[in-house]
Amino acid sequence: MSVEVRLPTLLRAHADGASSVSAEGATVGEVFADLVAKYPGMAGNLIDDNGGLHKFVNVYRNDDDIRYLEQLDTKVSDGDELSILPAVAGG
Amino acid sequence: MPDALATPTLRMTHAQYDTVLAHCFDGFPDEACGLLAGPFADGAPTGEVGQVYPCRNADASARTYTVDSKDLLAAMRDADDHGHDIIGVWHSHTHTDAYPSATDVRQAVDPAWCYVIVSLKTGEPVLRGYSIHDGAIRECAVQVG
Repeated sequence: MSVEVRLPTLLRAHADGASSVSAEGATVGEVFADLVAKYPGMAGNLIDDNGGLHKFVNVYRNDDDIRYLEQLDTKVSDGDELSILPAVAGG
Repeated sequence: MPDALATPTLRMTHAQYDTVLAHCFDGFPDEACGLLAGPFADGAPTGEVGQVYPCRNADASARTYTVDSKDLLAAMRDADDHGHDIIGVWHSHTHTDAYPSATDVRQAVDPAWCYVIVSLKTGEPVLRGYSIHDGAIRECAVQVG
């Protein structure tokens, strides 16, 4: 499956400044693995030390937050759009 | 060596400024938050604010805020439709000064963003902007007009 991945500004430096990139995979986790293979600088920003989704990142498959789907096992189809969003918070 | 904290003057219209303040008052006594979008040049924000997006505070708290991720997604898409990107975030401090808290510094995600804080500590709102990078805070100028 080929999906379009929209990147937050912070990650674009790792992708030659691109705001979105194409990546392959049948699940979000596989797409992320493909992304990291292409753009190694993203590694620490997407996945935590335990192999889960980094807590400072939200990921949407089209309009759905993958935390409420199957997290990194969420399936993707050709033409889906994944959006990587920073967790914007403070006090 | 480039200065990581060098940020352009944030330039807002009066209408945008009023939208930000109104959202802060509407959210009181909880903290209110929202996003700023604008054009980039050479990979960095120019400082011009093209759009302001009032967002929900997912924390619904007087002490912390988290921009609702669905609102963030909608803002990113709308900004993209305008050829813009997110360039900053604003939030209110209901009982403290318009200066980044330790939590703000710890959770700052993007050194290129302007972090706008609106203090409602006194009757008169005070709005200031900052860049935050690796724990260092520097005020960035905000121009309204």
